Amino acid sequence: MSRPPRRSIRGRRARSAVMVGLTVVASILATLPLLLILGLLIQKGASSLSWDFFTAMPKPVGETGGGMANAILGTVMLIAIASSIGLPVGIGAGLYLAEHRGTKFAFLVRFLSDVLNGLPSIVVGIFAWQFLVRPVKHFSALAGGIALAAMMIPLVTRTTEEMIRLVPASLREAALALGYPRWRTSLTIVLRTALPGIVTGALVAVARIAGETAPLLFTAFGNQFWSTSVNEPISALPIQIFTYAISPYDEWHSLAWAGALVLLALVLVISLVARFATRSRFRGGHD
Amino acid sequence: MYRFITTAFALSIPLLLVLLGIEVAVAAWPALSAFKLSFLTSSRWDAVEGVFGAAPAIYGTLVSSALALVIATPLAIGVAIFLSEFAPPWLRQPVAFLVDLLAAIPSVVYGLWGIFVLVPALREYVMPFLSDRLHLGNTPFFSGPAYGPSMLAAGLILAIMVLPYISSVTREVLMAVPRSQREAALALGATRWEMIWGAVLPYARSGIVGGILLGLGRALGETMAVTMVIGNRHEISSSLFAPGYTMASLIANEFSEATNDMHLSALMAVGAVLLLVTVIVNVIARLLVWRVERQGKA
Repeated sequence: MSRPPRRSIRGRRARSAVMVGLTVVASILATLPLLLILGLLIQKGASSLSWDFFTAMPKPVGETGGGMANAILGTVMLIAIASSIGLPVGIGAGLYLAEHRGTKFAFLVRFLSDVLNGLPSIVVGIFAWQFLVRPVKHFSALAGGIALAAMMIPLVTRTTEEMIRLVPASLREAALALGYPRWRTSLTIVLRTALPGIVTGALVAVARIAGETAPLLFTAFGNQFWSTSVNEPISALPIQIFTYAISPYDEWHSLAWAGALVLLALVLVISLVARFATRSRFRGGHD
Repeated sequence: MYRFITTAFALSIPLLLVLLGIEVAVAAWPALSAFKLSFLTSSRWDAVEGVFGAAPAIYGTLVSSALALVIATPLAIGVAIFLSEFAPPWLRQPVAFLVDLLAAIPSVVYGLWGIFVLVPALREYVMPFLSDRLHLGNTPFFSGPAYGPSMLAAGLILAIMVLPYISSVTREVLMAVPRSQREAALALGATRWEMIWGAVLPYARSGIVGGILLGLGRALGETMAVTMVIGNRHEISSSLFAPGYTMASLIANEFSEATNDMHLSALMAVGAVLLLVTVIVNVIARLLVWRVERQGKA
């Protein structure tokens, strides 16, 4: 500690109380925007949400009604493509990191995955465009899914590694002592024990990419029509919300609010499931 | 075989990063070699003439991020201190959860809120209040007409968005400070605040700086919400009320409408600059956070 302050104990206590009070104020100020955003979203979104939103296609300007059925399908497809690439690679890399903990290469990979994780999503977007869209000269759902997968891999890698580290070494050693080969120990004993945690990590990653817009702008691009082809441009909720929000039309604005409510609900439900999955797991561990 | 496959997956991460760097650098090369240093210093961005200088976007990125950090850092550290030191246990989880939720809200939803709530509120109440009531209108920072979409709006929305990142890293770093450190300060007769100021914060300092830099990394690259509220204009203005541009929003806005190869390459070059800056910020941030966490364990 530095030099003791020459103030009366009363003054010091008062100062302490004020500062503690300020941290309380900071906490209130920090949670306020969340409550404001959520409140308005529910109010505005719910009033423009209808069954049509989920089942109807977007309508041209001037016609009321219309929905985002194609964008919802697009978001689901993009998540599926991204997960089918991002999850195996991320989990595999996480396994590697957990099993080769001390090596220089593992350190490098861990470090680079943190760096990759911090990259702006728009940069991932232009990279995917340059690498996947430019050579074939057309936008596609596949390119969008791969761009999202690139954002998913570092996240999944790090959570998988951390969850596998929680598996007691004795379990692994017991399996090896029984003559299990390494791969079988890893896949059937270690991975299985850590599975709930890994699922949580996967869900967190899905929640994160579900709301991404920037990587999709130049890859999946958006589409006003119903499309199920991975080779065609495809719409997604975030793209549609963006397009409608910056448009000058009131009907589109209210659809944007409805879309934002649905997107946020999707993201929050996935995050909440993820959160409670880990919590019950840790509680179970203490019994 | 198993070993080969997991190694290949692990290798994919460095490969992805290298590939990303190369692809962006190659695409950016024509613009960078044509304009050289003037690409960073010139304010002339003219797609028709094919002359590109990204100074306004670089300036806007730096100013909006700095503004966000100035607003978010004290709040985030306050929240982290409250949660790690003072909050009663029943309050800790819910408040931490709410703050973390801020990080879960998609960028485009922030942007929507920004367009329809934040920007009108700034135009109607905050900007007139700052310039007329507080008489700050004469200073260069708050001068000019209040349109709404502005550097100020971008800075505010970024502050909300980076707050959870700074606060969660700070909280973790504070938790890693050994109990003995706190007990020693209290035993010497320190008040609660003196304990934090004198014994806990200095111990956690480099980790907190790391957290702030992680927040900075987020703010620099944030795209959608900023694009929707900053006004998108290629101009450097000292006034926070004036519209501006950031590197990320420039790419988002012009990329799909790029008229010629040089325009495209210039946008790629903006991406390359952004990439370089965020990688540097992130590397420093990670190193700082790791150092503290390792200290805590030792």
